[in-house]
Amino acid sequence: MRFSGLRILKEGLTGNKGWSPHWRDPEPKAEYDAIVIGGGGHGLSTAYYLAKNHGMTNIAVLEKGYIGGGNVGRNTTIVRANYFLNGNSEFYSHSLKLWEGLEEDLNYNVMHSQRGLINLFHSDGQRDAFVRRGNAMVNQGDDAVLLDTAGVRKILPYLDFDNTRFPIYGGLLHPRGGTARHDAVAWGFARGADMRGVDIIQNCEVTGIDIENGAVTGVQTTRGAIKSKKIGLTVAGRSGQLAAMAGMRLPIESHVLQAFVTEGLKPVIDHVISFGMGHFYISQSDKGGLVFGGDLDFYASYASRGNLPMKEHVMEAGMTLMPMIGEAKVLRSWGGIMDMTPDGSPIIDKSPVEGLYLNCGWCYGGFKAVPGSGSVFSHLMATGRHHSEATGFRLDRFRTGVGIIDEEGTGSQHNLH
Amino acid sequence: MRLICPVCGERDRREFYYMGDAVALQRPEPDAGAAEWDDYVHLRENPAGVTRDLWQHEAGCAAWIVVRRNTVTHEVLESVLATDLKGASA
Repeated sequence: MRFSGLRILKEGLTGNKGWSPHWRDPEPKAEYDAIVIGGGGHGLSTAYYLAKNHGMTNIAVLEKGYIGGGNVGRNTTIVRANYFLNGNSEFYSHSLKLWEGLEEDLNYNVMHSQRGLINLFHSDGQRDAFVRRGNAMVNQGDDAVLLDTAGVRKILPYLDFDNTRFPIYGGLLHPRGGTARHDAVAWGFARGADMRGVDIIQNCEVTGIDIENGAVTGVQTTRGAIKSKKIGLTVAGRSGQLAAMAGMRLPIESHVLQAFVTEGLKPVIDHVISFGMGHFYISQSDKGGLVFGGDLDFYASYASRGNLPMKEHVMEAGMTLMPMIGEAKVLRSWGGIMDMTPDGSPIIDKSPVEGLYLNCGWCYGGFKAVPGSGSVFSHLMATGRHHSEATGFRLDRFRTGVGIIDEEGTGSQHNLH
Repeated sequence: MRLICPVCGERDRREFYYMGDAVALQRPEPDAGAAEWDDYVHLRENPAGVTRDLWQHEAGCAAWIVVRRNTVTHEVLESVLATDLKGASA
């Protein structure tokens, strides 16, 4: 079933009776050429690119819940490529390029909107840091425009520019940054993978990983044993539990990150804005809700919900930056389980177990990486070699200290990111 | 989530600084080797359920405490002073 304007018109006039499910609901087979554990954004895009780029179609995605029910549907939907360090910068650039062709590629409307992302700065020192970051972005081949106060005032007139504590000195505009509808991304990749023959198996929790002579042979699941000599782990916050099934420990601690949405309002915020002095970022969804978030709650948690102190902190930051949002009512808040690494950057690598591949440690930034992650991880799984745009995400960088990607410059230690 | 300080009693979470897993108390010898130090600094059990982590009652009595709590429900089960634990294991 292909989507087109004509098709939508026809279905609209005939009672929308011609639509079919976007993917099948297959029974698991006894054996696959490859298995991807975790049907979130990263798992689905990995399966999609394994099929599309590497011709591997006898594969399955195992999801313990339902498609779109995990972190891929629990984030603030921001898509950007404004990283500074080698290792991150080429990877996110690669991912953004895939985003830009994604809707045509998937024949699916993921509502990718390059509305521009603005990182505000509030001191001379912070301006210098953003100039440097902007130059790094431009050198990477992406876009960055430095705005002074007047430049920011022109496009974001509603900010509190003369705030006594955090006056706005300007902002770094990333014009190609923006948002996408997160669950549509999951659905689009699921449909795209399914159309190429991938089995997407929901309500199928992996309970054990079978290893013989140091190599994987398959998995035990709540829907029976499934054999495969190639297994990719894309389970985000649950990486610790899956690694334990393979007898490993990972440099990952799972934390809670909260996000918030207000009632639907008329269009007011046209961009993605991030406040440089309190951890706060905001955009407006097409439905009208103001979607915003802040920093981690900063303790290990699998609760998928946070505590009140961080809520209060985020609201305070929002009110400081744009006092007008005090009139809006918060509709709901939620939490995602973040797989935090010591340096705040991900791991895409082989594991010590033959045939078992790791894709984890996305910290609080996994959504924008979804297409890029699938593309480079499928390359690693299919060829056994690291993709040219993702050579830095090595597991052993923590043990050796070589190649640490500490984007925030705060140190490579668990409680610092 | 309110944490229990063995000295001050049940207090607001905001009074405490989070250090991480209580593995921090088992510092290896300086010459223990890369694998053991990697274990100590980076690798984690990361349990979904009961865990033990190290906090400091920063805005209170400044004591370092080991808290046993549930990472799924945020239930706080028990707190002991880190100095007591160190004494017991020494």
